[in-house]
Amino acid sequence: MSNVLELQNVSSFYGPIQALRDVSIEVPEHEIVTLIGANGAGKSTLMMTIFGQPKAKTGRVLYYGEDITGLPSYQIARKGIAQSPEGRRIFPRMSVEENLLMGAQVVNYEDYDSNLKKMFKLFPRLEERFAQRAGTLSGGEQQMLAIARALMSKPKLLLLDEPSLGLAPLVIKQIFGAIRDLNRETGLTVLLVEQNANQALRLASRAYVLVNGVLTMQGTGAELLAKPEIKAAYLEGGH
Amino acid sequence: MSGLLDDLKDSASVGFFALLIFGPFIGLRLTDNDAGNLGIATRPEALALAVIAVFAARLLLLTWSRYRPAKTTTSLGTQVQKTGKFIAPALLVFAVVMPLLPGLPNAYIDLGVLIMTYVMLGWGLNIVVGLAGLLDLGYVAFYAVGAYSFALISAQFGLGFWECLPIAGILAAFWGMCLGFPVLRLRGDYLAIVTLAFGEIIRLVITNWVSLTGGPNGLLGMPEPTFFGLRFSMAGGPGTFAGFFGITPAPWQRDAFLYYVILGLALLTNWVTLRLRKQPLGRAWEALREDEIACRSLGINVRNTKLTAFAIGAFFGGFAGCFFAARQSFISPDSFTFIESATVLAIVVLGGAGSQLGVVLAACVMIGVPQMLQSLQIYRMLIFGIALVLIMVVRPRGFISTRRPTVLLGKKPVAIGAELRAEGRG
Repeated sequence: MSNVLELQNVSSFYGPIQALRDVSIEVPEHEIVTLIGANGAGKSTLMMTIFGQPKAKTGRVLYYGEDITGLPSYQIARKGIAQSPEGRRIFPRMSVEENLLMGAQVVNYEDYDSNLKKMFKLFPRLEERFAQRAGTLSGGEQQMLAIARALMSKPKLLLLDEPSLGLAPLVIKQIFGAIRDLNRETGLTVLLVEQNANQALRLASRAYVLVNGVLTMQGTGAELLAKPEIKAAYLEGGH
Repeated sequence: MSGLLDDLKDSASVGFFALLIFGPFIGLRLTDNDAGNLGIATRPEALALAVIAVFAARLLLLTWSRYRPAKTTTSLGTQVQKTGKFIAPALLVFAVVMPLLPGLPNAYIDLGVLIMTYVMLGWGLNIVVGLAGLLDLGYVAFYAVGAYSFALISAQFGLGFWECLPIAGILAAFWGMCLGFPVLRLRGDYLAIVTLAFGEIIRLVITNWVSLTGGPNGLLGMPEPTFFGLRFSMAGGPGTFAGFFGITPAPWQRDAFLYYVILGLALLTNWVTLRLRKQPLGRAWEALREDEIACRSLGINVRNTKLTAFAIGAFFGGFAGCFFAARQSFISPDSFTFIESATVLAIVVLGGAGSQLGVVLAACVMIGVPQMLQSLQIYRMLIFGIALVLIMVVRPRGFISTRRPTVLLGKKPVAIGAELRAEGRG
């Protein structure tokens, strides 16, 4: 099976501070890959490094075998990688429709109408809120919008940075359900970064654990879920 | 009635502070007696009056806020938006017929030209500040570049106003890009500082490059705009506007013509802005204002988006500068000081950044009101300042702070007033 994305021994720095050390991960096509880790482990840095900000200081980022390490962010996005950034970052003063239009800009509004229908099917709430200012949506709706906005560019790879952040358990379930449906129905490849390890690992066919910028564990989602040290460190209560 | 007692106490303490502040300012007065010595006279009545006024005003404000009816949710912004459909065309019709009104003193047409110039500058800066969200404190630089380009090119190559206009715009846009490149990575306060410095640099270069720009003495003798090749001259005769149409030459013809030129230029700016807002580029500007990081992750080329905002904003600033030079026939660095940048920025912010109609209203207030208050002499700026403070208290996000979506598929847009808008991304 071919890898959509591959990181080979990537190290990233913020100024003199090293945030990632020799991180190597593989994201095979049509799979959901999860990266879990605590606050400050470097999860978001990894996401941003894939997008070229900061650029990886050493190592390579491969996308379908092509080296994209040195490319500027907007060119990486044009290759078919979409990102729902940490904290959602929707455009609050613009309407839901305008937000979605912004997502489609990179592919020049190709298949805009049919994509929009798909998004409404995936997140019916967005259709209800279509003309509304995005800043007035609830947190869950904003997260749906952020994912839909990313999907409007018809990506081959979707990067999701903590989609469960600050949301109620029921809404998290809904969003994770939508991610699973997307993956099953369209075969979309997803790299999911999460603190919410329990749910994220259930979703993942492959998972990595990041601690202080270093990968400490990997395996299938089920394998990691079963490991006692994962239970102790990342699953609340530990049982 | 403990509420009233509290209000009285509060008002009394405010009155006391007024006494402390006004004591030296109003209560004491320098006099000079017959012997030519300075003395100090006291004015207890005036002081008492001021303190009582402050006390009464505070008490009134408190009582009013206690008993006023509950706030309704319709904001001024939405009301203006509702009536905005009529306000904008009505203003436009008024702007078009204004110089033709019979018996209108020439001074009013002059004032109209002045206000229109600032409306145009405001609309130009609105692209940079209102749409793209880049705080530019040096907009006057492009105004100056436009004016000096026109003055120098017309003198060197004997070109007229209309030939120089696009050149001045393009040169200003070029300098807009020059400013844009170094500040690409800056935001907010830091961007403001650098743009402020840029405005000063341009002014200082103009002041000190005496051999080219004439330095502080300025340049004069620029050609005036012509009406399809017809000049405006009091002498009349062939080749002039009055001579061609066989009418008696009068000063108002020239003034009215200048007015229509700047009106046309301003409307062009407005039209381009409104068109661009509906295009991907304009939407990207607004998205950039909202969240730069999100723009990057959506594949927006942030560098080019910012540079086009600077360039197009500067382009129209250059147009306005070119017009200014042609109208004055004299320019000097004194016309391009920081206060001009500040005035234009104030117009944009007071109007509610991003709103085109707001800029017009704010330009009328900022430029028109001080002129109207001429007769009040020394109190003019005092009243003007108080008025501005009051406006910002009542409408902290500017006259028109509601933003209408640029696209409407299917449903009616729901405009949401500034009062209900969360500050961050809530």
